[in-house]
This record gives sequence, structure tokens and C-alpha cells, in this order.
Amino acid sequence: MKMTGAQIFCESLKREGVDVIFGLPGGAVLPVYDALYDYVQRQELRHVLVRQEAAAGHAAEAYARVTGKVGVCLVTSGPACTNLVTALADAQIDSMPIVAFTGQVPTHLIGNDAFQEADNVGICRPCTKHNYLVKDVKELASIIKEAFYVARSGRPGPVHVDLPKDILLKQTEFAYPDKVFLRSYNPTVEGHPGQIKKAAQAILKAKKPILYVGGGVINADAAPELRELAELTQIPVTMTLMGIGAFPGDHPLNLGMLGMHGAWYTNMAVISTDLLIAVGSRFDDRVTGKLDAWCPEAEVIHIDIDPSSIAKNFHVEIPIVGDAKHVVARLNRELRQLDDGSWKESRDAWWQQIRAWKAQHPLSYEWSDAIIKPQHVIQEASRQTASLDPIVATDVGQHQMWAGQYFIVNKPRHWVTSGGLGTMGYGLPAAMGAQVARPDKLVIALLGDGSFQMNMQELSTVVEERLPLKIALVNNRAHGMVRQWQELFYNRRFVGIDLSVCPDYVRLAEAFGILGLRAERPGEVTATWERALAHPGPVLIDFVVDPEEACFPMVPAGAAVRDMVLAKPMSERPEEAKARAAKLTGF
Amino acid sequence: MATDASEVRRYTIALLVENRSGVLSRVSGLFSSRGYNIDSLSVGETLDPTISRMTIVVRASQPVIQQVVKQLHKLLDVIKVIDLTDEEHVSREMLLLRVGAAPGTRAEVLRIADIFRTKIVDVTPVSYTLEITGDESKIGAIIELLRPFGIQEVVRTGKVAIARGSKALSRKDQARLQQLHSAPRAVGYDD
Ligand SMILES: Cc1ncc(C[n+]2csc(CCOP(=O)(O)OP(=O)(O)O)c2C)c(N)n1
Repeated sequence: MKMTGAQIFCESLKREGVDVIFGLPGGAVLPVYDALYDYVQRQELRHVLVRQEAAAGHAAEAYARVTGKVGVCLVTSGPACTNLVTALADAQIDSMPIVAFTGQVPTHLIGNDAFQEADNVGICRPCTKHNYLVKDVKELASIIKEAFYVARSGRPGPVHVDLPKDILLKQTEFAYPDKVFLRSYNPTVEGHPGQIKKAAQAILKAKKPILYVGGGVINADAAPELRELAELTQIPVTMTLMGIGAFPGDHPLNLGMLGMHGAWYTNMAVISTDLLIAVGSRFDDRVTGKLDAWCPEAEVIHIDIDPSSIAKNFHVEIPIVGDAKHVVARLNRELRQLDDGSWKESRDAWWQQIRAWKAQHPLSYEWSDAIIKPQHVIQEASRQTASLDPIVATDVGQHQMWAGQYFIVNKPRHWVTSGGLGTMGYGLPAAMGAQVARPDKLVIALLGDGSFQMNMQELSTVVEERLPLKIALVNNRAHGMVRQWQELFYNRRFVGIDLSVCPDYVRLAEAFGILGLRAERPGEVTATWERALAHPGPVLIDFVVDPEEACFPMVPAGAAVRDMVLAKPMSERPEEAKARAAKLTGF
Repeated sequence: MATDASEVRRYTIALLVENRSGVLSRVSGLFSSRGYNIDSLSVGETLDPTISRMTIVVRASQPVIQQVVKQLHKLLDVIKVIDLTDEEHVSREMLLLRVGAAPGTRAEVLRIADIFRTKIVDVTPVSYTLEITGDESKIGAIIELLRPFGIQEVVRTGKVAIARGSKALSRKDQARLQQLHSAPRAVGYDD
């Protein structure tokens, strides 16, 4: 059957099992919107109108995270594409499979400085796994097929397709290819059996092993296999920020998040290990701190789908390229076969040591009767919703780290955050994407006041789509994380952090037509959460918290994990603070 | 390991890539986004018109090259990556050079051109234009010799390189790929 490019676009998306598109229209993509009209009418495709293009990208990322499917966004040419770039870069570094479509001026105008023209392909190239400019309507279907395949296979990531307007209007015979052939792209799925066996032997021999788990485990749906691995030989599990949910938060083997704001005992355990088993994690500098002081005694097993992640910045003795689900399942089989129980004694000693560390410096904060502590807000939300397995989305900053520390996430695909790029403004659109994907689920958005102001226009989308989000502002009237760094490392010379000029968030919520609540005293936190959770529709809660609270423990940037700081230095004289700051690199 | 990992060397990398637009910037972007300067890059079609071959010469340390080679493998348009640096290979570059040739020095310029087996491709009463092919040292040498006569303009193609023998390239290439997938640490450039 003959179809226009725009119809081919819609049909191809249907063939890929797409049910929702996050987008915002404009001249160059109007043919697509025109074709979309029929599909929306017939309820075959849903279009969620965002208010700014980056939000379409973040929503698509979150949709991908919580469903395991590819997220889709659609925006127009020029400024729409440049707005979208942040989300592409975010998806790239966090390995989120999305396909982003942008409009483009007609092919004969490309390169002519036409109205709303930008070099979309050139701009998006470094922020995507791959991208395409469609030059012939005959190629459109196969490019879309390829785009979805590339986005979800191997190390997942964003794929961008630029659609010139005339291509969308031209007609051709529609045939959707059922196979993709790319001679240069064959991700390794199965791990090398010899290497896996070596890994199993190392695990059985190790006295102080640690599992260091990243977002790759969630992407590969390998959480059940991972759990089996941990339980088989009683290995402590620690997760990166992106790995949260890969292992149950309340599991006795769980040591929580590691790295810059990981618990002291977690980081102590990690750097003392004799066998680091890294699964789907990429040794980010926020995890390792100063590299030459990290895990000095460890032999390292690294399981990753991306060969370029392995041994990129840390030594690896047993590299295994492959899909985490496949590799860990196979590793478990090897372990069962080889296991003679000889590890048991040393494991008891290892756990004793870890428990002692935990007793020495548990994760904690100082309670106040006068002012709300941000950690309390998060803990209370986690406590009240424990039986519901909510999906939690965060923004970027202190509140994000507190959420990583204090919100107990028990299941994969229930934690949505911007890890690698640390994109402020991510949280609200991401919560939207998650709620669109899982209308059956409670979705909680934990946002910073600074981050919220970067994308708060999306409250309109929340209302329009009737998304019953529970949005909590951890409102410290500041760019809290920046304030913390200026306080600790720049001698309290505060600049650019004050957000005390801000809207009345309760009235702002009301202006958008949603319920606004506020809590200002510690005694109000519990009841405010109860009220918000009982409300059937969207809620915005303004939790007015202690602006002075800092996020601890903390590994200062560039310092060794061993030099973790446990609490705010109480009576430091300015010279001392300055001297300390000068000693640390990376600021 | 023979060399210090942080030592900066020149590497010669050959790539087989899909012959389509955007590939060049994808490849060069891998270097530029890390702040590395490409010494030379030459591209041309292979016998298969859907495939182009690139020769890249770049200065970097071994860990950087390892990472770049892995990243090159990851590009969807890259079919093969061949590190020729420590491989037996033949390399050539072509240079076009216009040198001043006044009546008093014409004969001398011609003699040098002759010794280097260059071709004269253009003559004017005051200049010669020479075509020279050779490896880096030959090209360097003739430039130095002609410099006193007043070089007016030069243009170089950048290096092209090919492995010696027929099997060596593919065997090593295969071995590399395999190493890359099983033991990235062992991907050596000085072994
Ligand atoms: C788009 C963007 N711009 C700037 C930053 C740098 N940055 C990191 S955290 C932060 C402050 C975040 O403030 P807020 O959202 O209020 O969260 P808080 O730290 O107070 O919890 C800033 C400015 C960033 N991560 N992203």
C-alpha cells in the first residue's frame, strides 16, 4: 500500500509496539501530527503534550526505565531540537533506550539557513548512540526499525532520527522490515564461558567479596539473577545511584548506595574488599573518588555489555563482556557446580567486620524539634508507602542524595533519577513519564526547589494528563548542593545559591489547578504525607526544610574514599577551612 | 609491557567504515571530544563502493588509544578497526610542492628532484611544481633540501597505510577483536 512518510512514521511506531509519544508540535513536523490525528482518534497511539521539549525527552527516558521498553519523543526542528539535547545527553550517559524524532526543514532547504533550521544531526551526534537524517522516504521504515533496534540492544541509549518535512509528505510503498542487518554492529550477549568459570573460582576463593551493582543490571532485567548470586555465597551488595532497586533495599545483604554520598560502612567495606564484582556499573568518579586509593587490595571482575566500559579507568582482572542477565545466570550455574562451602567461615568474619563498621557509624542525621530535616521528609515518605512499592523520581542535588540514602526501594524499575549527567529539572518530567507508563502505580517525585523551577511548567501536563503524582519539594530556599560545596570548600563565600525569592508554591500549585500543601514544623510531616497520599489527584507539597542541613557522609571530590567526612566540621576557623580546601583537588 | 603506559606515541590506525555522510565527523569526533589532535586523516573508497577506508595518524598514550579503539568499534558505521602501528606495514604520503626556480638555481632543483624520483607536474619560468610520494622521512627530507630555494606552497594528502602480506592484517585484526571481547587489558599496542 502507498503511504506518505508521515503515515509510515505512525505505522512503524505501531509495529514497534509504541503506545505513547511525548511531544510538542511545530511547522516541520506538522505532517506527522496530521497523520497522528487519526491514530489518536482511534486510540492506537497516545500523544502527551509537554510544555518544553527537554521534558519530552526526560519523560521518554523515565518511560523506558520503568517499562523496559523504548521511550519515544517527537519534536519539531531548530529550537525544539536544541531544547531536546539535554535529555539526549542524559539518556546517553545513563544508557536509557529512547528514540527521539525531530522535524527538519525540507531537504532542498537544508544548509540554507532556512527558518527554524539547525544542524540537528550534527548537534545531536555526540549525545546519541547513533543518529540518522532521512534523505529518502523509501528509507524511512527501515531507519525507524533500525533506530529501535539500536536503542534497545547492546548498551541501550538514545537514537535520534531527523525528519525533513518533504520526506514526510512524499509517498512510497509501505513495507515494514522484519529484520535489521547491520554488518558493523553485533553486541556480544553471551559472556565468555572460560572467563565466567574463572570468575566463579575467584568468588569461591574470596574472603571479602563485594558486589558493586549499577544501572546495567536493571537495563538487562538481571535483578533475579543478581539476587541469586548474592544469596548463593552471601556476598554484600552495594549499588550505585543508578543501580538502586537492582537489589531489594530491605534485604539483609544490602549495604545501600556507595560512593561520594554512600554510607561510611558501605564505602569502608568496598575499599577493603579482596574481590570486587562489578556488574553493569562503570566506575564513575563519583563512585571511586581518587582512583589510586580505591579498593587497593581488590581483584576485579567486571561484567558489562559495553567493552569500552571495561578497564576504562580501573584495573580489571576478569573482564566479561556480555548481557548481565545471561552472564550472571551462567555464573550462578558455575557456582553451584563448584561450590564446596569452603567460603563460609571467612564470610562470617567479613560480615562481622561490616556489622561492626555499621554500628560504629550508621547512616544518620541530627534530629531537630524546631525545623524539618530533609532526611525526615524522605524517610517518612518511604515508611508510609513501604507496602505499595512506589516509583520514586528525583531531581538533582542534596535531596537526590538523601533520597538515595533514605528511600528504601525494593524493586528494579522503581527508581528514576539522573545519575551520569546530573540534570536539574529532570524529576518532574521523569515522574510524568513514569506515571504515564504505570498508571496503576503510586509515583512520588522528590524535587529540589532549584531543580523544580527548571521545569515547573510541566505541572500543566500533569493536570492535562490527570497524572496523580505526589510531588514533594524539599525546599531549602537554595541551590542546596552548591551551597554545601561553597560552605565546605570555598570558605562560606556564598554566591548564586539563594532561592529565597520564589513563588508561593502552594498558590502556584493551585494556579495550575492541583492541590497544594505545606509543612513547616517537624510535627507536621507525617500528617502532610498522609493527606497527600490519601488525595486521589496530583499534589504538590512544599516541605520547608532546614537550609543549613548538609548531605553527609561525603567524599570530597578528588579525595580518597578513605578520607570520607562524616559530619559538618563544627568549629572550623576560616584559615583551617581554606587550608583544607586548598589540599583537595577538583574544585 | 615494553613502554610506559603514559608515553605519548604516534599511532597509525586503519578503519573500514560505511561509505556514507556523517561518518567522518563521527570518527573524528571521537578524537576531538577527548581533546586529541589528529596528525593526519585520509579517506577513500575501497573496492566495495559501500565501504571506505580511513588511515588515521594520531599522537596519544596507550590507554587513550585503547579507549579510542574500543569507542571506534562501538560506532555503528565502523566495520573494522586495524591498528597498524606495530604491524609490518607500508605507508605513503603524497606531496605537491611548488618551489622557486630562478635561472641560477633551476639545474640544482632539477637534480634534487631527480634524485628523489619526483615528477615535475608544472613548470613556469620561475618555478617548478613537484609531485612526490614516499614515506614520512622521504617527504621530510626533500622539503628540507628544497627549503633554501624558496618553497612557495605545499599540499600533503596525509598518510595511507597497508599491512604487508595478505594474512597478517586479518589475523591480527581478528585476534584483536577477540581480545577486546575477552580480555581488554591484554589489548596491547607494544607487544
Ligand atoms: C541543569 C543543571 N544546572 C546546574 C547544575 C549544578 N547543580 C547541581 S546541584 C545544584 C543545586 C540543586 O538545587 P535544588 O534543586 O534546590 O536541590 P538541593 O541541592 O537544594 O536539594 C546545582 C545548581 C546541574 N546539576 N544541572
